[in-house]
Formats: sequence, C-alpha cells, structure tokens
Amino acid sequence: MDYNFNFAAVWRDFDLLMAGLGLGIFLAIISIAIGCVIGLLAAFGMLSKNRAIRVLSSAYVSAIRNTPILVLILFTFFALPQLGIRLGKIESFIATLSIYSGAYLTEVFRAGLIALPIGLREAGLTIGLTEQRTKLFITIPVMFRNVLPSLSNNFISLFKDTSLAAAIAVPELTFYARKINVETFRVIETWMVVSLMYVAACYVIAAILRRVESRLAIPR
Amino acid sequence: MEILEAIIAVWAARWPILDGIGNTLLISGVAIAWGTMLGLGVGLLLTYGNLGVRLFVRIYSDFLRGTPVFVLILACFYILSVIGIDLSAFEAGIFALTLFCSSHVGEIVRGALQAIPRGQTEAAKSIGLTFSQTLFSVLFPQALRQILPTWVNTATEIVKASTLLSIIGVVELLLSVQQVISRAYLSMELYFFAGFVYFLINFAIEKTGRYVERKVAIPS
Repeated sequence: MDYNFNFAAVWRDFDLLMAGLGLGIFLAIISIAIGCVIGLLAAFGMLSKNRAIRVLSSAYVSAIRNTPILVLILFTFFALPQLGIRLGKIESFIATLSIYSGAYLTEVFRAGLIALPIGLREAGLTIGLTEQRTKLFITIPVMFRNVLPSLSNNFISLFKDTSLAAAIAVPELTFYARKINVETFRVIETWMVVSLMYVAACYVIAAILRRVESRLAIPR
Repeated sequence: MEILEAIIAVWAARWPILDGIGNTLLISGVAIAWGTMLGLGVGLLLTYGNLGVRLFVRIYSDFLRGTPVFVLILACFYILSVIGIDLSAFEAGIFALTLFCSSHVGEIVRGALQAIPRGQTEAAKSIGLTFSQTLFSVLFPQALRQILPTWVNTATEIVKASTLLSIIGVVELLLSVQQVISRAYLSMELYFFAGFVYFLINFAIEKTGRYVERKVAIPS
C-alpha cells in the first residue's frame, strides 16, 4: 500500500469541520428540547384514560420508531412542500429530528412515569394541589431526575443522527467531510479525523452529562 | 387523483422495487448475521479477555459506537478502495453495517454475561465443567434469553441503517423508490410508501422477536 499521508488538506479546513461539529451539537440540543415536550405529551397520552388518545400516541411512537430516519428527513424536506409546508433545510431537519426523538423519549418518559410510586401523586393531591399542579410540580420533576441517564443516552445517539443532515445539505460535520473528501481526495485522513472528532465529541458530551446527572440525581 | 397515480407508478416499477426490497433484506440479513457472530466474540473478549485484549476490544467497540453509522459507511466506502481492497458499494456497505452491528451486539452480550450471578460460574466449576462447557451449557442459555429483546432492537436498527446505503449508490428499497420519484414527481405518496414498507419489515421483525421471546422464556 503506497499512500502518503498528508493531513495538511484536512487541517486547512479544520475550522469548517469545527463549525460543522458545533452546528451538529446545536441541532441535537434544539431537537431534544422540542422532543422532550412532544415526548412528555405523548407519554401522558399513552397513560391516558381516553382510548383514542392512547391509540393515537402509541401509533405515533411505533410509526416513527419503525421508520428509518433518512426516510423521515427526506419526507419532511421533499414531500411536505407538496402540501404547501415549505421549510428551510435546517428548520426541516430540526422538525424531523424533534419528532423522531419525541417518539423515543415517549417510551423513556412512559417508563419513568410508571415507575413512580403512587404515593407521590396522592401526596400532591392531599396537600391540596390540583391534578395539573401535582403533575407539574411533583410527578414530572421527579420523573425527569429519574430518567436522566436514558435521556443522556438519547441525546448522544441524537447527536450522531445529526450526521444525516448532510443528506439534505445542511452544513454540519459530515457535510464538510464529504466536501473535503471530494475536493482534496485525502480520503483516509478526512474520514479518520472526522470519525475521531465524532468519537471525541461523544466522549466529552457523555462526561459532561454524567456530571450533570450526578448533580441532579435524587440523593438516596 | 394523485394517490391513484402513485399506485400506478409503484405498480409500473414493481420489479425494481421488489428488487430493492430484496436487496434491503439481503443487506440487513447478512450484516446482522455476520455482525452477531462477530459481536458474540467481542462480548466474550470484553468479559473474559485479559487486560490488553479488553483494552483493545474496548477501543474498537467505543470507536464504532461513537461514530455515526453514516460516517462509518462513507468511510468504509471511500477508504477501502484507496487502500486497495476492491469492494463494490454493496459490499462496502454491508461491511460497515457488520462492524456497526458487531459493536452493539458486543455490548449487549457483555452486559448479559456480567449480569449472570457469579454463583453460576462457581457452581459450574465446582462440578468440574471446563470453561467452554460452562460457557455453552450454563452461561449462554441464560444470557441469550436476556439478549433477545435488545438484539431484536438492534436488528431493526440495522434495517433502518441500511437506507443509508442509498447515498453511496446501492439500489436498495429507498433508492429504488427514489428512482420512481424522479420519474413520477410524487414525492409525498412515494416516500410515504417507502416508509410504510420499512415499517412493515420492522414490525414483522419485532413481532417475531416477541413470539420467540415467549417461546424460549423460562416458565415461571
């Protein structure tokens, strides 16, 4: 194998790669924030007394979870304009990723809600809170602190899914990697650097989230 | 009636689309089979290897899990051809999915093996079983039951990840549908159709998994 390594081509555009990485993390943060809201609503929907709402929520979850995210991304970007819903690349990607993460978070939140001791809700009602306020001030905060570890796992896999934004030309890390790859033909260097950047970013994010988790965990 | 048009377009392209479905199933099936075998090895080495081996396999697994599948596929596709391993896009894609699958199955296997109480191994040793006998008659039967649900999940992940091969030009289900779209301009109906077929495939996998789970469950 005669291949002369030349990282100069990659370092020259390293600031582009870093900008791409930043955009990826940004996309993941926005999407998980919106996804949390969707997930929370659908989780309560799945536990609702109303059969129609229950069926609707679980249909949403199983439809999204069993469809490849690339199909969802392409659907939102290329097919929704047919209905008159025209979104920019980034908005369309955020919308897709939020709905996608919402489905996964629904399962997380549902499990979290079921695992809560019944006494929690009863205590809230006993001290005179309404049903909504019990949820808002007692059940949801406690559930959130319990499910933090799965929440961070979800965030990391969501961050990795932002690489697919390259398919609709959102300029994130993978997009720039393909660009540098095609322009310079420094194939091995490009993909080595980029995948190491992803791995490093995942490690750092995981480390940060673990600290956040231990800060917010319920002391036992 | 655009739905009617879409049905006509799909019917006209039924053979290419069926070919695409066949390719999707073939790619996923091969990647899951090889990935699972490799993953069993990874899991065993992660659990029972000596320090050096464990470290090496840990880096392998963390690297693969930290990199998005999309980047993995692109990297395999471009890098393998540069270093003189001449694989088609089809084979390079299967290779990437196999690596991806192996790291995930490896972690599942490690988790399941470590979850088995130590007493089991000790008991096996004290009745004079060798290591491989312990592994195959005592540990695996218990571990496999625990692995099954997560493994089924991984299988559906692989089916979903196989869509990414469309970007390197492998004509699987998504690309075959996209080819119809470029002729018929019915992106909404046809992307919906593609999503629905993937949903059916994954739904079938999930249901089969549940069925097998019930069949092999230890009666209580």
